[in-house]
Amino acid sequence: MRIVRILTGTLLLLGLAVSPAVADSSPSASSSPEADGPTEAGTSFRTAAEVDQGTKATAQGSTGDYMYWSFPAEAGQRPTARAVVTLPKETASASTWQLDVYDGLRRRQACQYGAQTRTAATGAATVDLSCTLRTVRAWSEPWANDPLPGTYYIRLTATNLATGDRGLAFGAETEVESKDIGGPAAVDGSLAEPLVPGIAVTSAQSQDSDDSTDTAKLFSLEPDGGWGSGWWSDRWVWTGIGGLLAALAGVGGYALTRGSGRPAQVPPGH
Amino acid sequence: MIRSYRWAAGVFALLVVLSTGVAVSSTAVADETTATAPKVDLVLDVSGSMRATDLGGQSRMAAAKQAFDEVLDATPEEVLLGIRTLGANYPGDDRKKGCEDTAQLFPVGPLDRTEAKAAVATLTPTGWTPIGPALLKAADDLEGGEGSKRIVLISDGEDTCQPLDPCEVAREIAAKGVGLTIDTLGLVPDAKLRVQLSCIAEATGGTYTSVERREELSDRVSQLVERAADPVVVPKAVQGAEACEQAPALESGLFTDREEFGQQRWYRVDVEPGQELRASVSVAADRAVNPDYGVLLRAVTVKGREIVRGEAAGAGRTDVMSTGLRYPKAEADDDETAETVCLVVTNSFSPAGGVKTTPGLPLELTVDVVDAGDSASDVAAFGLGRGWWLLGVLVVVGFVAGVLWGWVSRWRVAVWRTN
Repeated sequence: MRIVRILTGTLLLLGLAVSPAVADSSPSASSSPEADGPTEAGTSFRTAAEVDQGTKATAQGSTGDYMYWSFPAEAGQRPTARAVVTLPKETASASTWQLDVYDGLRRRQACQYGAQTRTAATGAATVDLSCTLRTVRAWSEPWANDPLPGTYYIRLTATNLATGDRGLAFGAETEVESKDIGGPAAVDGSLAEPLVPGIAVTSAQSQDSDDSTDTAKLFSLEPDGGWGSGWWSDRWVWTGIGGLLAALAGVGGYALTRGSGRPAQVPPGH
Repeated sequence: MIRSYRWAAGVFALLVVLSTGVAVSSTAVADETTATAPKVDLVLDVSGSMRATDLGGQSRMAAAKQAFDEVLDATPEEVLLGIRTLGANYPGDDRKKGCEDTAQLFPVGPLDRTEAKAAVATLTPTGWTPIGPALLKAADDLEGGEGSKRIVLISDGEDTCQPLDPCEVAREIAAKGVGLTIDTLGLVPDAKLRVQLSCIAEATGGTYTSVERREELSDRVSQLVERAADPVVVPKAVQGAEACEQAPALESGLFTDREEFGQQRWYRVDVEPGQELRASVSVAADRAVNPDYGVLLRAVTVKGREIVRGEAAGAGRTDVMSTGLRYPKAEADDDETAETVCLVVTNSFSPAGGVKTTPGLPLELTVDVVDAGDSASDVAAFGLGRGWWLLGVLVVVGFVAGVLWGWVSRWRVAVWRTN
């Protein structure tokens, strides 16, 4: 009976230890998007409009424009980029729209899920596009193109457009939200610097002088809590629980070999 | 973000002015800002056809004038703005004279709103549409300075001064200077004009807009002028070589170059042991190209062994094709010399029929040499475990260990008691 009590007590304690980890692995991105994102999009990688995750960015352009946004993503996140294109009213024929995501090295990143390309029929009002990336890993082999912590670029454009439909006004809204994958994606190793373009130049500048805020940067945002904030993963909890359970099982196994109470053949007082 | 930086920079500049005496430092600050200030040249078509009334009951010219007034009011302080006209002065039929008719209405510089508005008000639709020559002159207007440069071309008709193709002119202008963009606005939904103006815009990474209402005109031009005011990193011009031996040595930074179809461009970067080289390259399709294409970036040792490559291929309409690579050089025990890594860029774009192949395609190269990260000793973080199988294994092993321990100690007690 005592063993059962001890076991329940320990499990309760363990439950307390697990709960922060469980809370940790729930989606962290805020579900209510703020409306104060950028209202302009960039026209190239160099001029991409910076937008935080969970913030809605809007832009007005002419059909045929290439719109660029950039956002930071941290290890353990699985970002999903969504875009809604409000098409011009007076289109003459169908058009195909595409959302591409590139990493900090301008390598195109594959989408696991989501309609990355969609064709809008003549007279359609809007087109919804989305792209869910692979989980961002803290480290990968240099020869692989796995998503790594750093800058990500979104490019939105019409890939197929009739000449008659070029140059018409359209609107676009984009938003990036991440699912926190947490422990299952916690890999060993880390990058010395996140995959942010121009980071060697900007870090040299900030060492030289404090007054580097007025110089233009290729990318200046950071994820909530800064880059490389995570040594923590729920693997610590799992391994810890495992150790404790092993110890308990050891105690249990030991107790089994002893039987319960005093051996019958030992006389009292001995 | 950028806005708040600008604001902070403004406050900083103000503090400098206040603290160190107005006379000396204000001129210094002004000089510095003029050198890097963004420049915009608005090029307005004042050809005879601008008399037509089809923009909401107004003549095209009246609509353009009204839009210019609004744009001039909304222009940010730091932008140096100029206005150039084409076809404003020569009403005759002499093609040669008509095609030279472009004039600077207002020079590129700090904006005097009243003067600029008065100058715009005097314009009357007159002559030919020499877009090509006007673009060449506009590029001269923007000469000098290190800030971004932008030409905004507003026209209602295609170029009437062939054989000088304004599209090729635009490409050549862009190839000469760094960071020059041409945005075009067409006032008529005409197929030929659309094709020509989009071609001009694409040649420089600019945008084309078809204007159908007067409000669209002022909104779009204001947007383009404001876009010029956003601070951007200006790349450094560099010229890649045909082979690694002659290649220019690059440090961390942003560079531009030109690469012709089927050409190789070599650069070299020194990487110390314990450092990581990150390079990304974008090759822009600034003219009509065939619909399947690719870009290859390779890092090669001086002896010609390939270390790592980045490759990208695509199909359909695109502005750029990009790829990148990273190469961490392992820490060396004794050999402390830096390794020279050769970067070679090739593209598999092919020109569509009838397109000139010179100047080459614009190429943008980002190089970052940073400290190399930790290499992983295990797939999982710190080698930790996770999941029910882990717990199961640990419980079973713990239980077996406990039982064995119990038996051993029982056996020892029994042996002790017998003795």
